[in-house]
Amino acid sequence: MNTPIISFRDFTFQYRAQARPTLYNINLDIYPGEKILIAGPSGSGKSTLASCVNGLIPFSYPGESTGQLFVDGMEAKKESIFQLSKSVGTVLQDPDGQFIGLTVAEDIAFALENDCVPQAEMHTATKRAAALVDVENHLGYAPHELSGGQKQRVSLAGVMVDDVKILLFDEPLANLDPAAGKQTIELIDRIQKETDTTVLIIEHRLEDVLWRSVDRIVLMDEGRIAADLRPDELLSGDLLTRTGIREPLYLTALKYAGVDVTPEKKPAHPETLVLDEKDQELVRSWFHSVQAPPPPAAQAPLLEVRGLNFGYTKDRTTLRDISFSIRKGEMVSIVGRNGAGKSTLSKLICGFETPDSGSVFLDGRDISDDNIRTRARRIGYVMQNPNQMISKTMIFDEVALGLVQSGLKPDEVRARVEDTLKICGLYPFRNWPVSALSFGQKKRVTIASVLALGPEIIILDEPTAGQDFRHYTEIMEFLRDLNAQGVTVLMITHDMHLMLEYTPRALVFSSGSLIADKSAAEVLCDSDLVERAALKETSLFTLATRCGIEPPEQFVQRFIDYDREVREHGC
Amino acid sequence: MAANTVLNYLPRKSMVHELTGTTKLAFFLLFTFASMITYDTRVLIGLMVISFAAFRVSHIKLREVRFMLVFMLVFLILNDVFIYLFNPEQGVEIYGTRHVIATLFWRYTITWEQLFYTFNISLKYFVALPIAILFISATNPSEFAASLNKIGVSYRVGYSVSIALRYIPDIQRDYHSISQAQQARGVELGKKEKLLARMKNSVNILLPLILSSLARIDTISNAMELRGFGKKSKRTWYVQRPFSRNDYLVLAFGVLILVLSLVITFWDGNRFYNPFV
Repeated sequence: MNTPIISFRDFTFQYRAQARPTLYNINLDIYPGEKILIAGPSGSGKSTLASCVNGLIPFSYPGESTGQLFVDGMEAKKESIFQLSKSVGTVLQDPDGQFIGLTVAEDIAFALENDCVPQAEMHTATKRAAALVDVENHLGYAPHELSGGQKQRVSLAGVMVDDVKILLFDEPLANLDPAAGKQTIELIDRIQKETDTTVLIIEHRLEDVLWRSVDRIVLMDEGRIAADLRPDELLSGDLLTRTGIREPLYLTALKYAGVDVTPEKKPAHPETLVLDEKDQELVRSWFHSVQAPPPPAAQAPLLEVRGLNFGYTKDRTTLRDISFSIRKGEMVSIVGRNGAGKSTLSKLICGFETPDSGSVFLDGRDISDDNIRTRARRIGYVMQNPNQMISKTMIFDEVALGLVQSGLKPDEVRARVEDTLKICGLYPFRNWPVSALSFGQKKRVTIASVLALGPEIIILDEPTAGQDFRHYTEIMEFLRDLNAQGVTVLMITHDMHLMLEYTPRALVFSSGSLIADKSAAEVLCDSDLVERAALKETSLFTLATRCGIEPPEQFVQRFIDYDREVREHGC
Repeated sequence: MAANTVLNYLPRKSMVHELTGTTKLAFFLLFTFASMITYDTRVLIGLMVISFAAFRVSHIKLREVRFMLVFMLVFLILNDVFIYLFNPEQGVEIYGTRHVIATLFWRYTITWEQLFYTFNISLKYFVALPIAILFISATNPSEFAASLNKIGVSYRVGYSVSIALRYIPDIQRDYHSISQAQQARGVELGKKEKLLARMKNSVNILLPLILSSLARIDTISNAMELRGFGKKSKRTWYVQRPFSRNDYLVLAFGVLILVLSLVITFWDGNRFYNPFV
């Protein structure tokens, strides 16, 4: 515990292409066997910090550094990325992109192959690493036969074959469904205990990582270390909120209720948090004092799906007998594990695929015979990755694309594009190239390009994937505004916070069937449903149960309503 | 979901599949070389028998490789037709005699020599292609890179080929979803639209496809470097199998075929077997 395994000394780093440093005077010691969470908003330098440790900087991303960085006794900038990779194993964010081999076994063995390890030894080491992460029965599988969580396990095994001393996880939760994310955190915890490695987790989803204990949280903000504290200490203060990291919801609830959160209360886990009788009473009386807002007036149904069945191949059904109805002006989330049929449903609604039986109604009219383009005038579809949608280099042209295709006159196109850009807050950028925008802004451009066609419904696939709290709020508030202006919004999401906070109603899918259609708060308080659809219970549910509040979903709903009030009026 | 590629590995239990990738690659090269050099009809027929036998042994069915077969036949017919159009007397020049069957018009006559020459050309296709198809569909793609490396190609090159194979289905999926999203914005790309409009509009798919592929390349190359790819001048292979008795036999057989066909072909100082004198 005496010599640090990673040590930053007055370390400053500047990318070659940037005008200012990304990291300033970092001083940080990490000791062998520690488990550290590095949190911070996008652009805070947390990923840069990680790239310095694993050698991607300066190997792949050149730049200038001053000060010193020691990793496992080596001075990082004097060593090659290969030398560092013997000590530091990195699991990248994208489980698909980092899958190198054609099968699980080859992917795990990749590092050994590069090291010229003899084949017999390689086979034993691969099996051992696979067993460590429970993929030993899938050695012959190809990547497309695995779930996201399994792919991530394979990546982890691929770095564990090398007996690395440090494991680095770059946003391990970004591409997983909530249940798989939870399992990943459990797995990391187990591996660390079994192998006694040092673990660094880069994540902005604090509450999800804290499902298992970490030793310290390093909070990054604008290239500097804003805090380096034990979780209990950090969570008791207001540093998180100030740097734009979302604090766990149960803590926000406790603060609203007037409970004084101190390190002695051990606030890092909702289950083990110390709540005395007085605290519980405070929570209960807060719950009773908050009034539920009146339910909105029910509108006429806009989109109806009746008895939809579909399979990509004859012998495999992807969707089974799906029926539901969406009212005008609703905001609904569609949730469930990967492969449950959520994306397929949106493809059927948009007409990308044709159902085997059943039909889709819009305003009471069967639109089964309408083609993609006809449907697109009323139903907009926004893909998850904006880079897959944007096909023009200038923002104006991108938003105008659909209108130009519809044969509108140039001045009409201009007027409508400008209107749309104003609604989306992109008007000042109208003559900018798309490449100058951030990811979140690009997302906005893709939403604008769909809105320009004037749809009544938009369907968004994972609108906030990979976004930090600030960008998440930005995108979601924008969608909420659109919704208030009368656009009906459907969202496919893995984000339980999004579902709770922004969509009063949720459709839950599990292996091709619609298994629940009720309020988001009710869904997340139903343990059975949570289990079947690979969701994650909200910590508010835990808090409500611990304070003896019945029914817990009402507590959750009150919290969401109250929190919205607070954030809107800032009281 | 549309992940069916034109050429793919068809796993089977057969003698051909059990040979190592290196053997298959070496045999393929030896055999192709033999069939390219010779125009000797006797040799070609002999090679064709071997080629068909190998296909039979592999348990791969004709309909599974139908696309390649049709492609090959179309190519073969084009080849024969063009040879005839450009030089209807090629056969006469080669064999040195002229037996006319019929006269069509202008310089186009049909001669026994030309027919025999065309027959030989076609025969070469039937010799080489079953072995080529077999090599592609009976070699595990994982072993492909390893076998290239074994015969002296740099493992970096071998691995690039292998990674490209690995990403074809992903890029196809990308293409599919990008195309759908474009159609949802009114861009004419569907099957029912006019061909010209579809061609023009497919440019709209290119930019996003290229950008997302570049992002993929960035991620994969980082992932590979982080795991030590390119560190040493050599590497070992997880899937590489040791040579068995059959491998040595097949290799020896390959060399024998090449030597025999060279000897028979050049015995009389001519690459062509001449039945006309």
